[in-house]
Amino acid sequence: MQKKLILDSDLLDLTISRLCQQLIENHNDFNDTVIMGMQPRGIFVAEIIHEKLKKETKKDIPLGYLDSTFYRDDFRRRQIPAKANETRVPFIIEGKKVVLVDDVLFTGRTIRAAMDAMIAFGRPATVELLVLIDRRRNRELPISADYVGKAVNTLASQRVLVELEAQGHKQNKIWLVNKD
Amino acid sequence: MSKLSQKHLLGIKDITKEDIELIFDTADNFKEVINRPIKKVPSLRDVTIANVFFENSTRTRLSFELAQKRLSADVINFSASNSSVKKGETLLDTVNNILAMKVDMIVMRHASPGAPHFLAKHIKANIVNAGDGTHEHPTQALLDAFSIRERLGGVGGKKVAIIGDILHSRVALSNIFALQKLGARIMVCGPPTLLPKFIGQLGVEVEFDVKKALLWCDVANVLRIQLERQQIKYFPSLREYSLYYGITKKMLDGLKKPIVIMHPGPINRGVELSSDAADSQHSIILDQVENGVAIRMAVLYLLAGNK
Repeated sequence: MQKKLILDSDLLDLTISRLCQQLIENHNDFNDTVIMGMQPRGIFVAEIIHEKLKKETKKDIPLGYLDSTFYRDDFRRRQIPAKANETRVPFIIEGKKVVLVDDVLFTGRTIRAAMDAMIAFGRPATVELLVLIDRRRNRELPISADYVGKAVNTLASQRVLVELEAQGHKQNKIWLVNKD
Repeated sequence: MSKLSQKHLLGIKDITKEDIELIFDTADNFKEVINRPIKKVPSLRDVTIANVFFENSTRTRLSFELAQKRLSADVINFSASNSSVKKGETLLDTVNNILAMKVDMIVMRHASPGAPHFLAKHIKANIVNAGDGTHEHPTQALLDAFSIRERLGGVGGKKVAIIGDILHSRVALSNIFALQKLGARIMVCGPPTLLPKFIGQLGVEVEFDVKKALLWCDVANVLRIQLERQQIKYFPSLREYSLYYGITKKMLDGLKKPIVIMHPGPINRGVELSSDAADSQHSIILDQVENGVAIRMAVLYLLAGNK
């Protein structure tokens, strides 16, 4: 198994700072903005961003978790069904500017499912997508991210491995892994 | 990533502790779903489910139907009372005819113990047992254990008394299997004529005095007296049963300890449970009904993913 480092800890910090600055630029005072981390791994990225924005803007932007398992279009098509995770939306979504946060954007199918899942809670004013890693050229749906940490060219057979301290890893590291 | 070890849910006896925990974890998520403004998810939109009921039911059938609709499945309902079963069609023929219309799952209630097990040997579709005679009622046991877990924070180590007509109860048997797998201690309590002779061999304690049983337990699951299954007299009169085995609020308050009262419904108010006990703060009977939908959604969802 070959592993190539895409982002190390220092670079990841810089990247997240930049993403936060971009959010501040576009959302001004964050009055109507909510952050929605996607289960299972996007929530860790969402928490980091939420924390960072809190320091920068002195505002506690509402943070929710969204699980899209029940909205997937590949249920009954894959061997083993995905395990569902907690959805926690402790705010009204109606009329809000939602920033969806995930770790990796790949085929775009999870994001499609997530948008379905989100609309079950109400009609947001706008929806934006923030991802740490954008795997270009592997999209199966017309979906693109508004905020991208790093775009990488990958093969469909490769895998992006995100290791975050919040998930119990020693250091923040993101790898590109060749399967076999 | 996770799946059930079985393709069907025929009885609690056939599934593992891990299966039960997976069903509970999934039901937690569905419980959140059914409390949303839009209580529906599209997971089973390509699945057709037939509810085949050879025996009467309101709660279980409504609960299954609602669970199926919340999962966006297509549902057809069948009840034996107005069907060709009356004309002499066999069980296998009836079900095969339904399956020929491209149905993916069968939820079946039947008066004969083992009927769903027989079907499982002969047909391809997933089968959920919604009660087979006096044998098992797995989804009821799952929702009972799930409700205990919700109220008391866990099932392991808890003391559960099952009180009433154990002999004719499929709920009792499924409950014993489910709660034992999850590590609870179980006592059955009722008049000797309504306790199966060898029930002690299942590893449960047996008690004939309902007051002692209430003192011992954390949870009392009170069962209905099933007059429709009783061909002979098992006790002199309902009034006498109620006098010796009926549970009242006064008895519960007199225990001076927290206790949880459950009942699978339908309640015979004033027989096994008095009205004030059924509506007291000890009772989680309506929570059981709510959890029933979430548990059945979890079971159907997990089985559908297990082709």
